[in-house]
Parts: sequence; structure tokens; C-alpha cells
Amino acid sequence: MKSHVYRPLWVVIGLVCIILVVRYFYVPKDFGIGRRGYMYGWHRKADVEFWKNYKVKYKGSAYCKDCHSENYNKLMQSPHVIIPCEDCHSPAIDHPMDPQKLQIQKGRGLCLRCHYPLPYPTSGRANIPSIDPDTHNPGTECVMCHNPHNPLEGLK
Amino acid sequence: MNRRDFLKNTARVIGGITLPLTAFKIINPKELLASTGDKTKVRWVFLVDTYKCVGCGMCVRACKLENGIPYDAKVTRTWVERYVITKDGKTHADSPMGARDGFTTSKIDLGIDGYENINNADIDKGFFVPKLCNQCENPPCVQVCPVGATFQVPDGVVLVDRTWCIGCGYCIMACPYGVRFFHPVYHTAEKCTFCYHRITKGMKTACVDACPFGARQIGNIKDPNDPVTKIIMTERIGILKEEYGTKPQVYYLGLDREVK
Repeated sequence: MKSHVYRPLWVVIGLVCIILVVRYFYVPKDFGIGRRGYMYGWHRKADVEFWKNYKVKYKGSAYCKDCHSENYNKLMQSPHVIIPCEDCHSPAIDHPMDPQKLQIQKGRGLCLRCHYPLPYPTSGRANIPSIDPDTHNPGTECVMCHNPHNPLEGLK
Repeated sequence: MNRRDFLKNTARVIGGITLPLTAFKIINPKELLASTGDKTKVRWVFLVDTYKCVGCGMCVRACKLENGIPYDAKVTRTWVERYVITKDGKTHADSPMGARDGFTTSKIDLGIDGYENINNADIDKGFFVPKLCNQCENPPCVQVCPVGATFQVPDGVVLVDRTWCIGCGYCIMACPYGVRFFHPVYHTAEKCTFCYHRITKGMKTACVDACPFGARQIGNIKDPNDPVTKIIMTERIGILKEEYGTKPQVYYLGLDREVK
């Protein structure tokens, strides 16, 4: 057989070799089929660590307790005890270093998340005291009169 | 003592000391159920109590801030759906901005068609259903990934490798629950990770911690003493789109047939 038949064959073999070499260096050593075989298992093992080391931003109300004990203790005595501090005060992240001051949500929208009247039967929402925002002092921030840390304390 | 008695006694003593104490333990069916399958000790599952959810949307806000999903982008790892079923048999459902700001109007958001007014007197049922990744036991999104960028950790959580994802979007099409989307910043497939960075440190997910009403819970189904496992084993629970065979691991209390 003449060499013109072999020539494309050498090209193909060469390409395969190049791909294998590139693959050897490009694909990470921890890439494999893992525990669940070819259908579900292909992955790079090191990525699990990436997700494990992701930064925690919401620290929980216990993180606030020591420095802000006055508001914390007030909250503990009120029906709002079920609401974690960071829901309204935004995530602590590395407060007080970073951020030095948290962005507190103060608008009416925050309170209306629970206190807008939606009397749906079969939903817990129906049991929450509510106001109609169109008639209940429109344009005024709720915190002008109500204390969010203890709403039963009486109006300011 | 003759030879016969000596051999008998020897056999008794050896038998007695080799019999482990665990052989006397009565088998607990729950424990058995929780330990079937492979040998890993953790299998994360989620429990949503739709009776307790009031649709405040604090979970959605917490998820977006915790996991770095751009706050004003119309994508979210978890969202809350509102279902209102009126006396004429119609179902009205919406989830404005994934309920990031809760539901602060009784009007149903119809998207580009505006809003639909619903008279309170016409309502038969009304409830909220939080949704998130089901961390399926047979995840179709993992199956279709052509490059092995999405995978299931032995504890059941499905993750996406951001450095390996080529952004083809097959997984977004494959998920029957529509929980996947493209991250607006990284341009790779994005999904709920059950806050893997938190649960592996012994914390709860951001959405569970943010929920004031205890509507969301996370637990380990392989631990028979886990409160979530106890509820799943003893109460009436539902899962979404069972017929797809994906074996979703987010369980719902009070799931209505209108919820898809």
C-alpha cells in the first residue's frame, strides 16, 4: 500500500496523541467518577472544599447578645422573640470590624411582610395581627410609634 | 469432670464470651430504615411546614445575602409561592421577585398582565409554599452535565463546580423543579447548596435560621433521633413531582394537589 493511505492515519494518530497529552496536563488529578459511577459521579473532588470554605455571613442572634444585651433582652420578652436580629438588621458578617455599621431596614415594607392583612384560611398568616397600610397612618414609618424590639410596650 | 463434660463446658464458655452484647439489642425499625443504602452517616433532607409559612420572605432575603446572589437580579436559589384557590375552583399563584420582599398586597402578580384583584370572601384556600433545590437522590441535572461540573456529595447535596462549568445550560433544562439558573456574575449554573458551608460546620442553613415561624427545617435522615427524621417517619408528608423518579429530599407538610 502506498504512503498516501497512511498519511491521514498518521495525522489522526498524532491528533489523538496531542489530545491525550493536553488532557493529561489540563484535567486535574482529583477528577474522577467518584462514588456513583459514570451516570452521577463525574466531578473534581477539590470543589467540595470550595463550598465548605464559603464565608458564613448570617451569624445568628447569639452573636449580638453580648454587646447589644439591652435590645436583645427586650426582644426576648416580646412576641417578636421569634424574629432573628439579622432579619431586620442585615447579616453581621464580621461586624463590628466589617461592616462597622449594619444596614437596618426601617421602611413600612419590612413590617408589612407579616402585618399586611392576608386572611388566608389554612395559613398561619391569618392569625397575625395586621393593619391596612392605606388607612393606617400612610407615609409614616412604623418605628415612629412602635418599638420593634417590644411591640407590646406601648406607643412611643 | 470427665472428658465429655469438659468439652461441653468449654463450648459454653467460648460461646458465651464471643457473643457480643449488641446481639441482645432489639432491632429498631426506624434505625434500620435510616441506615439502609450506603454506609455514609449523613444524608441531608429538608422539611417545609406550609401551615406555618406566612410568606414573609425573610428566607429569600437571607439566602440571597448569604450566598452572594445579586439582590436585585430576578434569580434566586429559594423562593416562596403563594397559592389562592377561589370558590369558583380557580387557582391563582404568584411569587413576585421570588417573594424577596414578602407578600405585601392581596393582589396576585400576573407579570406583564398586571395584577389580579381577589375578593377575600371568594377565597377557599390560601397558603404559601417555600421552594428550594430538592437535592434529589437521582439528580437529573447531574446526569446530563457533559463535563462533570455538577455532582452529588456523599451526604446527598448536589453542588456546582464554578471553575469546571462551561455554562451550556443542560442542567437548567433538565431540572424538573426549575431551581437552577445562571449566576449573573460568574455566568455558571447556580443552585441551592443547602448552605453547604453552614451545615458542614454544624449550623443551620441561612433560610432556616432566618425563618421566624419554624416553617423550614433541615435534618439528617440517617439519624433516627433527628427531629426532622421523626416527623418524616411518623407524619403525613408530601414531595414534589414524585412521578419523575428523582427521589426529591425536600419534604412538605400540608402540600396541596394544586402545588406543582
